[in-house]
Amino acid sequence: MSAASSTVAASTGTLLSRVGPHLPGLALNALAFLVGLAIWWAITAAKLVVLPGPQEVFVRAIELAANGQLALDIFSSLKRVLTGFLLGAALAIPVGFLMGWYKIARALIEPYVQFFRMIPPLAVIPLAIVTMGIDEAPKIFVIFLASFLSCVVATYQGVISVDRTLINAARVLGASDRVIFPRVVIPASTPFILVGVRIGLGSAWATVVAAELIAAQSGLGFRMQQAQLYYDLPTIFVSLITIGVLGLLMDRLLQATERRLTSWQERAQ
Amino acid sequence: MSQPKLSFQPKLSFQNVSRRFGEGDKSFLALDRLNLDIADGEFVTVVGPSGCGKSTAMNIAAGLMDVSDGKVLVDGRPVSGPGPERGVIFQQYALFPWLTVRQNVEFGLRIKGLPASERRRISDHFIGLVGLRDFADALPKTLSGGMKQRCAIARAYAVDPTMLLMDEPFGALDALTRVHMQDQLLDTWSRERRTVFFITHDVDEAVYLANRVIVMAARPGRLHKIIPVNLPAERNEDVRLSKEFTEIRNQVWHSVYHQKPQVEA
Repeated sequence: MSAASSTVAASTGTLLSRVGPHLPGLALNALAFLVGLAIWWAITAAKLVVLPGPQEVFVRAIELAANGQLALDIFSSLKRVLTGFLLGAALAIPVGFLMGWYKIARALIEPYVQFFRMIPPLAVIPLAIVTMGIDEAPKIFVIFLASFLSCVVATYQGVISVDRTLINAARVLGASDRVIFPRVVIPASTPFILVGVRIGLGSAWATVVAAELIAAQSGLGFRMQQAQLYYDLPTIFVSLITIGVLGLLMDRLLQATERRLTSWQERAQ
Repeated sequence: MSQPKLSFQPKLSFQNVSRRFGEGDKSFLALDRLNLDIADGEFVTVVGPSGCGKSTAMNIAAGLMDVSDGKVLVDGRPVSGPGPERGVIFQQYALFPWLTVRQNVEFGLRIKGLPASERRRISDHFIGLVGLRDFADALPKTLSGGMKQRCAIARAYAVDPTMLLMDEPFGALDALTRVHMQDQLLDTWSRERRTVFFITHDVDEAVYLANRVIVMAARPGRLHKIIPVNLPAERNEDVRLSKEFTEIRNQVWHSVYHQKPQVEA
């Protein structure tokens, strides 16, 4: 089998080098996906590991989608992620600007940010349960914390790395600080902030599963937790894949927004 | 061209200007008691080895840096902070990359609070003057280095400064583009006359552009020599290739590259 796949690879290789850049990247992505699926199938079909194969997982996905459980789980998880993330980013951006622009604010806030950054958000979960109960509050709080911390650092780095020459150029054209902030500092740090927002969303998404281990009634993380009790591997797979796909979709959406908002940037070719 | 007489009030005047960086033992004197008067409408170029304080002097004149001692006067008034009568052109262009050429040129006009029609009229004029009419709506990332610098010049001119402070504006350009930009700058200067304080490390450029070349020395940064450029007012290739040009060029070269070392003051 490995001999067969290597011949396939070899012939694909020559094909690719001939077709070259005309073959869209999307086709290569699809090819990689199919190859991955085939490997997964081969390993499980040969019973090399005790894992469900692609067909089993697919059937379970259809079942969960049909009885509405998947949609409910997705909705619950997304609601938590987006609430926590939006609150986190909404607070992180002004705080980041404050830290970047005013030395005093930086000196006052930075030690706290750096300190709390060292505590994994998941480590806050026990405290959150004790103080906030087992409602939505502790889950959203943990996600909020995760996205706030990664977003605030990026925003503040963005503000302090604004090119001094641009600020000087604005000053010699007669701009006061009140003009420089909205007209120069905000646009110049937008690329950094958007990177921060992306990282923030990533960490929010990464935190949701753990947050849902706190006595949730629904959610992709909760579903996996339940499935674990019943040794229901296909459901765990469905949840994991859903988490990955949704995360990827959100990231791509932000990336597209980022490209639109920062199309003025000189990018390395 | 005859040497401008300084019988009138100088446009820009450095009076015993010193600037020290750092504190205590680690401090160094970037500029040591600079005395220099520049006449209204005069084009002076400043050359010198690195660390001679030429950029420090320009930043002080621009109001972007404080003096440690002495004072700088513009039209007889002491400088405190940047002012619209002093336009500055940076080596790295410093265009706002998220704004188009026109929006960059209109940046200072918006701050002045001019109405849109007036801004448009002024930006049209200066974008045309630097030959970027076809690129008025382009973003800086699509422009070449020379075009970016022309946009920066138009932006500085638009707010109608009476003086231009230029810090190695053509330093990042290739030799051919640089010669072209020099001719264009002189052309613009002859049509819209301003006092120009132009820093360069290129001796040819210094002589070609200037009424006077200011040669500075390093460690500590200080005035070394002022060399008048008695060449025809109309500068062109003939001037560039003339014997007189070469003589002055050699004189400047000698005073830049064969400075006697001096002990730190």
